[in-house]
Amino acid sequence: MDEEMESGVVKKFMFVNRKAPYGTIYALEVLEMVLISAAFDQDVHLAFVDDGVYELKKGQDTAGIGMKNFSNTYRALEGYDIEKLYVEKESLEERGLTEADLVVPVEVVSRAGMAELMDGMDVVLSA
Amino acid sequence: MIHTVNKSPYERNAFDSCLKHAVKGSAILLYEDGVYAAVKGCTAAARLADAVADHPVFVLGPDLKARGMDPANVVDGVRVVDYGDFVDLVVEHGTVQAWL
Amino acid sequence: MAYTSNGRTVEADEEGYLVNIGEWNEELALQIAKDENVDLTPEHWEVINFLREYYAEYQIAPAIRVLTKALAKRLGPDKGNNKYLYELFPYGPAKQACKIGGLPKPTGCI
Repeated sequence: MDEEMESGVVKKFMFVNRKAPYGTIYALEVLEMVLISAAFDQDVHLAFVDDGVYELKKGQDTAGIGMKNFSNTYRALEGYDIEKLYVEKESLEERGLTEADLVVPVEVVSRAGMAELMDGMDVVLSA
Repeated sequence: MIHTVNKSPYERNAFDSCLKHAVKGSAILLYEDGVYAAVKGCTAAARLADAVADHPVFVLGPDLKARGMDPANVVDGVRVVDYGDFVDLVVEHGTVQAWL
Repeated sequence: MAYTSNGRTVEADEEGYLVNIGEWNEELALQIAKDENVDLTPEHWEVINFLREYYAEYQIAPAIRVLTKALAKRLGPDKGNNKYLYELFPYGPAKQACKIGGLPKPTGCI
Protein backbone atom coordinates (compact mmCIF):
# COMPACT_ATOMS: atom_id res chain seq x y z
CA MET A 1 0.00 0.00 0.00
CA ASP A 2 1.21 3.51 -0.76
CA GLU A 3 2.33 6.24 1.58
CA GLU A 4 -0.87 8.25 1.42
CA MET A 5 -2.80 5.30 2.76
CA GLU A 6 -0.41 4.80 5.63
CA SER A 7 -0.87 8.43 6.58
CA GLY A 8 -4.60 7.88 6.90
CA VAL A 9 -5.99 9.29 3.66
CA VAL A 10 -9.13 7.35 2.81
CA LYS A 11 -9.56 6.56 -0.87
CA LYS A 12 -12.61 5.40 -2.74
CA PHE A 13 -11.95 1.86 -3.89
CA MET A 14 -14.16 -0.09 -6.22
CA PHE A 15 -13.95 -3.81 -6.95
CA VAL A 16 -15.79 -4.60 -10.17
CA ASN A 17 -17.13 -8.15 -10.44
CA ARG A 18 -17.84 -9.20 -14.02
CA LYS A 19 -17.41 -12.98 -13.94
CA ALA A 20 -19.69 -15.90 -13.14
CA PRO A 21 -18.68 -17.71 -9.94
CA TYR A 22 -17.37 -21.21 -10.76
CA GLY A 23 -16.22 -21.32 -14.39
CA THR A 24 -13.11 -19.28 -13.58
CA ILE A 25 -11.26 -18.33 -10.39
CA TYR A 26 -11.75 -14.55 -10.84
CA ALA A 27 -14.88 -14.14 -8.70
CA LEU A 28 -13.37 -15.93 -5.71
CA GLU A 29 -10.05 -14.08 -6.07
CA VAL A 30 -11.79 -10.70 -6.10
CA LEU A 31 -13.81 -11.67 -3.02
CA GLU A 32 -10.63 -12.57 -1.14
CA MET A 33 -9.06 -9.30 -2.22
CA VAL A 34 -12.12 -7.46 -0.90
CA LEU A 35 -11.87 -9.19 2.49
CA ILE A 36 -8.19 -8.30 2.76
CA SER A 37 -8.87 -4.69 1.70
CA ALA A 38 -11.17 -4.35 4.73
CA ALA A 39 -8.08 -4.28 6.96
CA PHE A 40 -6.94 -0.98 5.38
CA ASP A 41 -9.98 1.08 6.38
CA GLN A 42 -10.66 2.38 2.91
CA ASP A 43 -13.99 3.41 1.43
CA VAL A 44 -14.74 0.13 -0.33
CA HIS A 45 -17.43 -0.26 -3.01
CA LEU A 46 -18.40 -3.46 -4.80
CA ALA A 47 -19.94 -3.39 -8.25
CA PHE A 48 -21.63 -6.36 -9.86
CA VAL A 49 -22.10 -6.04 -13.61
CA ASP A 50 -22.41 -8.45 -16.56
CA ASP A 51 -21.95 -12.07 -15.42
CA GLY A 52 -20.79 -10.78 -12.01
CA VAL A 53 -24.44 -10.61 -10.95
CA TYR A 54 -24.50 -14.42 -11.05
CA GLU A 55 -22.10 -14.43 -8.06
CA LEU A 56 -24.95 -13.24 -5.83
CA LYS A 57 -27.63 -15.69 -7.06
CA LYS A 58 -29.51 -17.30 -4.19
CA GLY A 59 -29.71 -21.07 -3.78
CA GLN A 60 -26.24 -22.10 -4.98
CA ASP A 61 -25.47 -25.71 -4.09
CA THR A 62 -22.02 -26.86 -5.13
CA ALA A 63 -22.13 -30.34 -3.59
CA GLY A 64 -22.45 -31.86 -7.06
CA ILE A 65 -19.37 -30.15 -8.54
CA GLY A 66 -16.99 -30.50 -5.58
CA MET A 67 -16.22 -26.80 -5.18
CA LYS A 68 -16.62 -24.45 -2.22
CA ASN A 69 -19.93 -22.54 -2.26
CA PHE A 70 -18.58 -19.06 -1.63
CA SER A 71 -21.91 -17.31 -2.22
CA ASN A 72 -22.36 -17.53 1.58
CA THR A 73 -19.23 -15.44 2.07
CA TYR A 74 -20.90 -12.35 0.55
CA ARG A 75 -23.18 -12.39 3.58
CA ALA A 76 -20.10 -12.01 5.81
CA LEU A 77 -19.14 -8.70 4.18
CA GLU A 78 -21.41 -6.74 6.51
CA GLY A 79 -19.28 -7.95 9.46
CA TYR A 80 -16.24 -6.59 7.64
CA ASP A 81 -18.03 -3.21 7.37
CA ILE A 82 -18.30 -3.56 3.61
CA GLU A 83 -21.84 -2.51 2.88
CA LYS A 84 -21.69 -0.58 -0.38
CA LEU A 85 -22.79 -3.17 -2.90
CA TYR A 86 -24.13 -2.02 -6.26
CA VAL A 87 -25.77 -4.25 -8.84
CA GLU A 88 -26.50 -3.15 -12.38
CA LYS A 89 -30.18 -3.33 -13.29
CA GLU A 90 -29.66 -4.07 -16.98
CA SER A 91 -27.27 -6.95 -16.18
CA LEU A 92 -29.92 -8.50 -13.93
CA GLU A 93 -32.66 -8.09 -16.53
CA GLU A 94 -30.68 -9.66 -19.38
CA ARG A 95 -30.27 -12.73 -17.19
CA GLY A 96 -33.89 -12.91 -16.09
CA LEU A 97 -32.97 -12.04 -12.50
CA THR A 98 -34.37 -9.57 -9.98
CA GLU A 99 -33.17 -8.10 -6.69
CA ALA A 100 -35.18 -10.82 -4.88
CA ASP A 101 -32.85 -13.47 -6.40
CA LEU A 102 -29.80 -12.12 -4.57
CA VAL A 103 -28.20 -13.40 -1.33
CA VAL A 104 -27.46 -9.97 0.17
CA PRO A 105 -29.10 -6.55 0.30
CA VAL A 106 -27.75 -4.42 -2.54
CA GLU A 107 -28.47 -1.16 -4.25
CA VAL A 108 -29.70 -1.76 -7.78
CA VAL A 109 -28.50 1.00 -10.11
CA SER A 110 -28.98 1.71 -13.80
CA ARG A 111 -26.10 1.27 -16.25
CA ALA A 112 -25.79 5.04 -16.45
CA GLY A 113 -25.75 5.24 -12.66
CA MET A 114 -23.06 2.56 -12.51
CA ALA A 115 -20.97 4.49 -15.01
CA GLU A 116 -21.20 7.58 -12.79
CA LEU A 117 -20.22 5.59 -9.70
CA MET A 118 -17.18 4.10 -11.44
CA ASP A 119 -16.13 7.52 -12.65
CA GLY A 120 -16.09 8.85 -9.09
CA MET A 121 -13.61 6.28 -7.73
CA ASP A 122 -9.94 6.81 -6.86
CA VAL A 123 -8.97 3.17 -7.46
CA VAL A 124 -10.84 0.61 -9.56
CA LEU A 125 -9.92 -3.07 -9.62
CA SER A 126 -11.81 -5.11 -12.17
CA ALA A 127 -12.01 -8.79 -12.96
CA MET B 1 -22.11 -35.32 -33.57
CA ILE B 2 -22.51 -33.65 -30.17
CA HIS B 3 -21.59 -30.02 -29.56
CA THR B 4 -20.60 -28.95 -26.04
CA VAL B 5 -20.60 -25.37 -24.72
CA ASN B 6 -19.05 -24.53 -21.33
CA LYS B 7 -18.86 -20.72 -21.53
CA SER B 8 -21.45 -18.17 -20.49
CA PRO B 9 -23.44 -16.88 -23.49
CA TYR B 10 -22.86 -13.36 -22.16
CA GLU B 11 -19.11 -13.57 -21.86
CA ARG B 12 -18.09 -15.36 -25.08
CA ASN B 13 -19.68 -16.05 -28.43
CA ALA B 14 -19.15 -19.82 -28.12
CA PHE B 15 -22.86 -20.44 -27.52
CA ASP B 16 -24.04 -18.37 -30.49
CA SER B 17 -21.34 -19.71 -32.76
CA CYS B 18 -22.32 -23.24 -31.80
CA LEU B 19 -25.97 -22.54 -32.65
CA LYS B 20 -24.96 -21.16 -36.04
CA HIS B 21 -22.75 -24.14 -36.92
CA ALA B 22 -24.60 -27.13 -35.50
CA VAL B 23 -26.38 -28.95 -38.35
CA LYS B 24 -29.96 -30.07 -37.87
CA GLY B 25 -30.23 -33.19 -35.74
CA SER B 26 -26.86 -32.83 -34.01
CA ALA B 27 -26.98 -32.74 -30.21
CA ILE B 28 -26.02 -29.80 -27.99
CA LEU B 29 -24.88 -30.15 -24.39
CA LEU B 30 -24.46 -27.16 -22.07
CA TYR B 31 -22.22 -27.49 -19.00
CA GLU B 32 -20.20 -25.31 -16.55
CA ASP B 33 -20.96 -21.62 -17.32
CA GLY B 34 -22.70 -22.75 -20.51
CA VAL B 35 -25.73 -23.78 -18.42
CA TYR B 36 -26.81 -20.15 -17.92
CA ALA B 37 -28.15 -20.14 -21.50
CA ALA B 38 -30.72 -22.81 -20.55
CA VAL B 39 -32.34 -20.82 -17.75
CA LYS B 40 -35.81 -19.55 -18.66
CA GLY B 41 -36.20 -15.79 -18.74
CA CYS B 42 -32.68 -14.82 -19.76
CA THR B 43 -32.10 -13.30 -23.20
CA ALA B 44 -29.96 -16.23 -24.40
CA ALA B 45 -32.74 -18.67 -23.54
CA ALA B 46 -34.87 -17.29 -26.39
CA ARG B 47 -32.18 -18.32 -28.88
CA LEU B 48 -31.87 -21.73 -27.27
CA ALA B 49 -35.65 -22.19 -27.46
CA ASP B 50 -35.41 -21.82 -31.24
CA ALA B 51 -32.65 -24.43 -31.37
CA VAL B 52 -34.69 -27.02 -29.48
CA ALA B 53 -36.83 -27.61 -32.58
CA ASP B 54 -33.79 -28.76 -34.58
CA HIS B 55 -31.56 -30.36 -31.92
CA PRO B 56 -31.72 -32.60 -28.90
CA VAL B 57 -30.49 -30.18 -26.20
CA PHE B 58 -29.06 -31.23 -22.83
CA VAL B 59 -27.87 -29.33 -19.76
CA LEU B 60 -25.79 -30.65 -16.88
CA GLY B 61 -27.83 -30.64 -13.64
CA PRO B 62 -24.98 -30.37 -11.09
CA ASP B 63 -23.72 -27.24 -12.86
CA LEU B 64 -27.19 -25.67 -12.76
CA LYS B 65 -27.54 -26.40 -9.04
CA ALA B 66 -24.06 -25.08 -8.23
CA ARG B 67 -25.08 -21.77 -9.82
CA GLY B 68 -28.36 -21.52 -7.93
CA MET B 69 -30.43 -22.31 -11.01
CA ASP B 70 -33.48 -24.54 -10.67
CA PRO B 71 -33.31 -27.59 -13.01
CA ALA B 72 -37.12 -27.36 -13.24
CA ASN B 73 -36.82 -23.86 -14.70
CA VAL B 74 -34.97 -24.60 -17.94
CA VAL B 75 -36.16 -23.87 -21.47
CA ASP B 76 -38.95 -26.23 -22.58
CA GLY B 77 -37.62 -29.28 -24.37
CA VAL B 78 -34.15 -29.07 -22.79
CA ARG B 79 -33.28 -32.24 -20.88
CA VAL B 80 -31.38 -32.06 -17.58
CA VAL B 81 -28.68 -34.75 -17.32
CA ASP B 82 -26.09 -35.93 -14.80
CA TYR B 83 -22.40 -36.85 -15.24
CA GLY B 84 -23.23 -40.47 -16.13
CA ASP B 85 -25.59 -39.30 -18.88
CA PHE B 86 -22.88 -36.92 -20.13
CA VAL B 87 -20.56 -39.86 -20.72
CA ASP B 88 -23.33 -41.90 -22.36
CA LEU B 89 -24.19 -39.01 -24.69
CA VAL B 90 -20.60 -38.66 -25.82
CA VAL B 91 -20.33 -42.41 -26.47
CA GLU B 92 -23.65 -42.42 -28.30
CA HIS B 93 -22.91 -39.46 -30.55
CA GLY B 94 -19.32 -40.33 -31.41
CA THR B 95 -17.73 -37.08 -32.48
CA VAL B 96 -17.57 -34.25 -29.94
CA GLN B 97 -17.15 -30.65 -30.94
CA ALA B 98 -16.20 -28.60 -27.92
CA TRP B 99 -16.99 -24.86 -28.22
CA LEU B 100 -14.56 -23.49 -25.66
CA MET C 1 3.48 -31.65 7.63
CA ALA C 2 0.98 -34.01 9.26
CA TYR C 3 -0.62 -34.83 12.61
CA THR C 4 -0.97 -38.27 14.09
CA SER C 5 -4.07 -38.85 16.17
CA ASN C 6 -5.31 -42.28 17.27
CA GLY C 7 -2.92 -43.94 14.86
CA ARG C 8 -4.39 -41.92 12.00
CA THR C 9 -2.27 -39.56 9.92
CA VAL C 10 -3.93 -36.26 9.05
CA GLU C 11 -2.34 -34.03 6.45
CA ALA C 12 -1.64 -30.35 7.19
CA ASP C 13 0.06 -27.51 5.30
CA GLU C 14 3.51 -26.13 6.20
CA GLU C 15 1.97 -23.83 8.84
CA GLY C 16 -0.03 -26.61 10.47
CA TYR C 17 -3.51 -25.89 9.08
CA LEU C 18 -5.46 -29.00 8.07
CA VAL C 19 -5.58 -29.68 4.35
CA ASN C 20 -9.03 -31.24 4.61
CA ILE C 21 -11.23 -29.65 7.27
CA GLY C 22 -13.52 -32.67 7.18
CA GLU C 23 -10.81 -34.68 8.95
CA TRP C 24 -11.06 -32.59 12.11
CA ASN C 25 -12.36 -33.98 15.40
CA GLU C 26 -11.95 -33.00 19.05
CA GLU C 27 -9.12 -35.44 19.65
CA LEU C 28 -7.19 -33.97 16.79
CA ALA C 29 -7.86 -30.51 18.28
CA LEU C 30 -6.18 -31.64 21.51
CA GLN C 31 -3.19 -32.85 19.48
CA ILE C 32 -2.85 -29.58 17.55
CA ALA C 33 -3.29 -27.56 20.77
CA LYS C 34 -0.48 -29.53 22.39
CA ASP C 35 1.82 -28.64 19.50
CA GLU C 36 0.79 -25.00 19.97
CA ASN C 37 1.39 -25.17 23.75
CA VAL C 38 -2.23 -24.33 24.51
CA ASP C 39 -4.09 -26.13 27.30
CA LEU C 40 -7.68 -26.22 26.13
CA THR C 41 -10.18 -24.96 28.71
CA PRO C 42 -13.94 -24.45 28.27
CA GLU C 43 -13.13 -20.81 27.44
CA HIS C 44 -10.88 -21.91 24.58
CA TRP C 45 -13.57 -24.24 23.29
CA GLU C 46 -16.10 -21.41 23.39
CA VAL C 47 -13.98 -19.47 20.90
CA ILE C 48 -13.10 -22.50 18.77
CA ASN C 49 -16.73 -23.55 18.52
CA PHE C 50 -17.74 -20.01 17.66
CA LEU C 51 -15.20 -19.97 14.83
CA ARG C 52 -16.41 -23.31 13.53
CA GLU C 53 -19.99 -22.03 13.51
CA TYR C 54 -18.87 -18.89 11.71
CA TYR C 55 -17.09 -20.99 9.11
CA ALA C 56 -20.12 -23.23 8.59
CA GLU C 57 -22.22 -20.13 8.01
CA TYR C 58 -19.91 -18.05 5.80
CA GLN C 59 -17.29 -20.49 4.42
CA ILE C 60 -14.41 -18.36 5.70
CA ALA C 61 -12.57 -17.90 8.98
CA PRO C 62 -13.01 -14.28 10.11
CA ALA C 63 -10.24 -11.73 10.50
CA ILE C 64 -9.43 -10.96 14.16
CA ARG C 65 -11.24 -7.60 14.05
CA VAL C 66 -14.36 -9.29 12.77
CA LEU C 67 -14.05 -12.10 15.30
CA THR C 68 -13.83 -9.77 18.31
CA LYS C 69 -16.83 -7.78 17.11
CA ALA C 70 -18.92 -10.90 16.53
CA LEU C 71 -17.86 -12.44 19.85
CA ALA C 72 -18.72 -9.26 21.74
CA LYS C 73 -22.18 -9.43 20.21
CA ARG C 74 -22.62 -13.08 21.20
CA LEU C 75 -20.79 -13.37 24.54
CA GLY C 76 -20.51 -9.77 25.70
CA PRO C 77 -17.66 -7.23 25.80
CA ASP C 78 -15.71 -9.16 28.50
CA LYS C 79 -14.97 -11.87 25.97
CA GLY C 80 -15.21 -9.96 22.73
CA ASN C 81 -11.94 -8.08 23.05
CA ASN C 82 -8.33 -8.51 21.98
CA LYS C 83 -6.87 -8.80 25.47
CA TYR C 84 -9.10 -11.70 26.49
CA LEU C 85 -8.50 -13.53 23.22
CA TYR C 86 -4.73 -13.06 23.29
CA GLU C 87 -4.64 -14.45 26.81
CA LEU C 88 -6.32 -17.59 25.53
CA PHE C 89 -4.35 -17.80 22.28
CA PRO C 90 -1.06 -15.91 22.72
CA TYR C 91 0.15 -16.39 19.14
CA GLY C 92 -2.87 -14.71 17.60
CA PRO C 93 -6.39 -15.78 18.48
CA ALA C 94 -7.75 -15.92 14.97
CA LYS C 95 -4.80 -17.86 13.61
CA GLN C 96 -4.20 -20.19 16.56
CA ALA C 97 -7.85 -20.91 17.33
CA CYS C 98 -8.57 -21.57 13.65
CA LYS C 99 -5.67 -23.99 13.43
CA ILE C 100 -6.84 -25.89 16.51
CA GLY C 101 -10.40 -25.84 15.20
CA GLY C 102 -9.31 -27.40 11.92
CA LEU C 103 -10.18 -24.31 9.90
CA PRO C 104 -8.12 -22.54 7.25
CA LYS C 105 -6.11 -19.43 8.04
CA PRO C 106 -8.42 -16.41 8.46
CA THR C 107 -9.20 -14.44 5.33
CA GLY C 108 -8.20 -10.81 5.65
CA CYS C 109 -5.51 -11.52 8.23
CA ILE C 110 -2.17 -10.06 7.25
